[in-house]
Amino acid sequence: MSTLGIDLRIRHTPFHPRTREANLLNRWHSWQGFTVADAYFDADLEYFAVRNATGVFDLSPMTKYRISGPEALAYLDRLLTRDVTKLKPGRVAYAVWCDDAGKVIDDGTLFHLDDGTYRLCSQEYHLEWLQAAALGFDVLVQDETDSIAALAIQGPTSCAVLGAFGFANLPSLKPFGLRDDQVEGWNVTVSRTGFTGDLGYELWIDPEDALAIWDRLFDAGRPYGIKPMGGDALQMARIEAGFIQAGCDFLPADRLVRPGRARSPFELGLGWLVDFNKPHFSGRAALALENDVGSRWELVRLLVDGNKPARDAYLYGSARAPIGFVTSAMWSPVAKQNIALGTIERGKRRGSLKAEIFYQRELHWSRVLADCQTVEGPFFDPPRRRTTPALLR
Amino acid sequence: MTERLDVIVIGAGHNGLVCAERLARAGRKVVVLERREQVGGMTETIEFAPGYRASACAQFLYDLPMSTVDELGLVSHGLTMDPRPLDTVALAPDTEPRVFSSNRTSTLPGMDASAWPAFRKHMLDLAGFIEHIKQRPPPKLHQRDRADLLGLAGMGLALRRLGTDDMREFLRLITSNVYDLLCEHFEDPVVRGAIGFDAVLGTHLGPRSPGSVLTLLHRWSRGGGPVQPIGGLGAVSSALAASARAAGVHVRTESGVRNINVHAGRAIGVTLNDGSTLEAQDIVSNVDPRRTLLDLVGARHIDIGLARRFHRIRAKGTAARMLLALDGLPEAPSGNDRLLRQRLVVAGDLDELERAYNPVKYGEFSPKPALEISVPTLSDPALAPAGHHVVSITAQYAPLRPEGGWTTSRRDAFADAIRNTLDAALPGVARHIVAEDLLVPDDLESRYGITGGHWHHGELALDQFLFTRPVAFGAQYRQALAGLTLCSAGAHPGGHVSGHAGRHAAAAILRRGTES
Repeated sequence: MSTLGIDLRIRHTPFHPRTREANLLNRWHSWQGFTVADAYFDADLEYFAVRNATGVFDLSPMTKYRISGPEALAYLDRLLTRDVTKLKPGRVAYAVWCDDAGKVIDDGTLFHLDDGTYRLCSQEYHLEWLQAAALGFDVLVQDETDSIAALAIQGPTSCAVLGAFGFANLPSLKPFGLRDDQVEGWNVTVSRTGFTGDLGYELWIDPEDALAIWDRLFDAGRPYGIKPMGGDALQMARIEAGFIQAGCDFLPADRLVRPGRARSPFELGLGWLVDFNKPHFSGRAALALENDVGSRWELVRLLVDGNKPARDAYLYGSARAPIGFVTSAMWSPVAKQNIALGTIERGKRRGSLKAEIFYQRELHWSRVLADCQTVEGPFFDPPRRRTTPALLR
Repeated sequence: MTERLDVIVIGAGHNGLVCAERLARAGRKVVVLERREQVGGMTETIEFAPGYRASACAQFLYDLPMSTVDELGLVSHGLTMDPRPLDTVALAPDTEPRVFSSNRTSTLPGMDASAWPAFRKHMLDLAGFIEHIKQRPPPKLHQRDRADLLGLAGMGLALRRLGTDDMREFLRLITSNVYDLLCEHFEDPVVRGAIGFDAVLGTHLGPRSPGSVLTLLHRWSRGGGPVQPIGGLGAVSSALAASARAAGVHVRTESGVRNINVHAGRAIGVTLNDGSTLEAQDIVSNVDPRRTLLDLVGARHIDIGLARRFHRIRAKGTAARMLLALDGLPEAPSGNDRLLRQRLVVAGDLDELERAYNPVKYGEFSPKPALEISVPTLSDPALAPAGHHVVSITAQYAPLRPEGGWTTSRRDAFADAIRNTLDAALPGVARHIVAEDLLVPDDLESRYGITGGHWHHGELALDQFLFTRPVAFGAQYRQALAGLTLCSAGAHPGGHVSGHAGRHAAAAILRRGTES
């Protein structure tokens, strides 16, 4: 109990004894109440580990829902905007779900574990909505966040690291593939998924085994340059991959107060996740209407001139009034370029975009207007991300 | 084999019949599908014991506009009633009956004698605004539709027309409770109790519950005077069905609907319990909104937020019905035979009424229930064998499903409680009873297929009223699902045998028809 007499219910992940020891900077943040590292020793070096060797990220706080029962698939098909009926056991799909107005509540990954049993993973907490969605379905929705520990092992040497760890035949696992395995007597579910846009895997394990697996993993990975990776490095990697993040590039629609602040899948560049050829899904009518009349917002991926990261910058079309703003920005080491994700009002752009960047040097603020180029797709998309069999080096 | 129609109405309750008649008159090909053997739903007359008949549920008309009676030609289709409203007579043991009349024949003690006409006029003035709302569909908010804006403006104007003082008073009272209101105006406990009973009848409210002034105004919006048709309320349904048939409606009984069929986001037809299907341009449901959307349509065909709102509709009935067959008449109150023909109320004072309410919150019935009583055979002798009578009672409060269910012993105990309360108010009635029938909310739910056995298909309360009845973003009869229209009391403006919801639903369909 603290001095204030308030129990903050601070939670630790099963890996905390190791992450605490590894966190030389003692920099932490709270993710759904869990204590997770911003950075362990140097965010940039951790990032370079992901791009050149292997970075390990503790993603145990990821919210995990187990969805089972005779109508689990029908339930998911009504909840999610994409057609998930074709998702075979042992496969993973990226998906979003919307409120009645067709605005995104969250994005996440759907794991088809066994025939008819699924796991839905998301950054935010959504049990209340998922329970409401279960009305009228013979389905069981359980929060299993605390009963599964998870690690992301990402980077070009990740497959080799996991081979040394003890996985056999891992290179044959395709992107978005999922497999149950036994390593050294541990039950480990491994998926070829991640949030870095690189070759990488995620391990889903019993929390009891967490520390032993962490130790063995870092022992096995030492020759391959394995490093722990905090949230800052993950941010860099995911922006380069062009991935959007809840709480950053959009906010969950069910937590917003002001009208017009929520985003539809179309407005987040996720129109490919909306399937009008399947039976009813929540938000369908609103999305069909938006598809006809057009969206209000548009997500843009930007190459920004100059050496100033366009953090929180206003975006201008040709006119004097801003038409949008940057939601994520960084200097990208692989692109040797400033990059950014932003939102602009659709149809307001005339010519090229300009970012109005404010930056501070020794207390003094300066302002620069930087030209931007829009790009389609990720900023960084190495072939090794998809190559199967996976790279072993 | 699929038959093609313009409109399918599910449920031959009074709103369904009104809606069907209106649509058929406008040239639509309409079929009404009724699960039971007879039409009427809760607006029916039953033979509850051999030779004894009475209204099964609602026993009075408060709210049926004469314009509807005329437009549908209900008199020519067999409806007979004395349009003069009955008086309400409050009975309490060992004291003179209090008579509430809409004219000068009230007999109330002390200052209340002069307070009553003033109070009644004041309430009717305020209720005029509620009547304005009832007569019209709820305007849609957040829309630029001209009709909706006009409707909204009209509503504002109607409120403003109350005048500054009345408007303030209306806004003060509308969320308030009837207990405080009545204590402001009346002295006599029995007078207070009887008026308070009008506010809570058919609701899950006690006189101290917020919102119980709204329910009083809702009941009194057309004057508050009860009328009893000859033949019981079933006569209204028979006349409505005859009127509908005359307009060309095909009324099919014993045709229960299992599903409303949805294709490509639109209600396109129904599957009956026998497996056959029917298709139509418009599907209209007189089934309560929750059952319509969650059971007949299925939550999977609508959005998650909307399904959750329908799931959360508050609908827990508290009113039970008891019908008694008598071999003779009890003593008239004060020996005045005229009084026995009126609407009798046994509610005690407001505290007793509140205490009667308390147990139902915890799933138990009132040991001393409040009663609304009539002896319909006095004006309509054909309801019973010669010389015999029927006593029709609405008793509050009874829980929907008490813990352990409505076992025989619990039913008997509740029936005893009703009979004892009745006998204390009308001494000697109990020894004339030759047969009886008790319907608790659970029975109403299973017999009439109404969620919670609630007369209004959903509690009448500010959070389930007007723009939010039955649910927010589903209030304009046609918003829940394309091709589906709600016409039951669960839609605006709520219960009583008024036909409003049926009329408004029909108008909504016809309006769309002229647009497209």
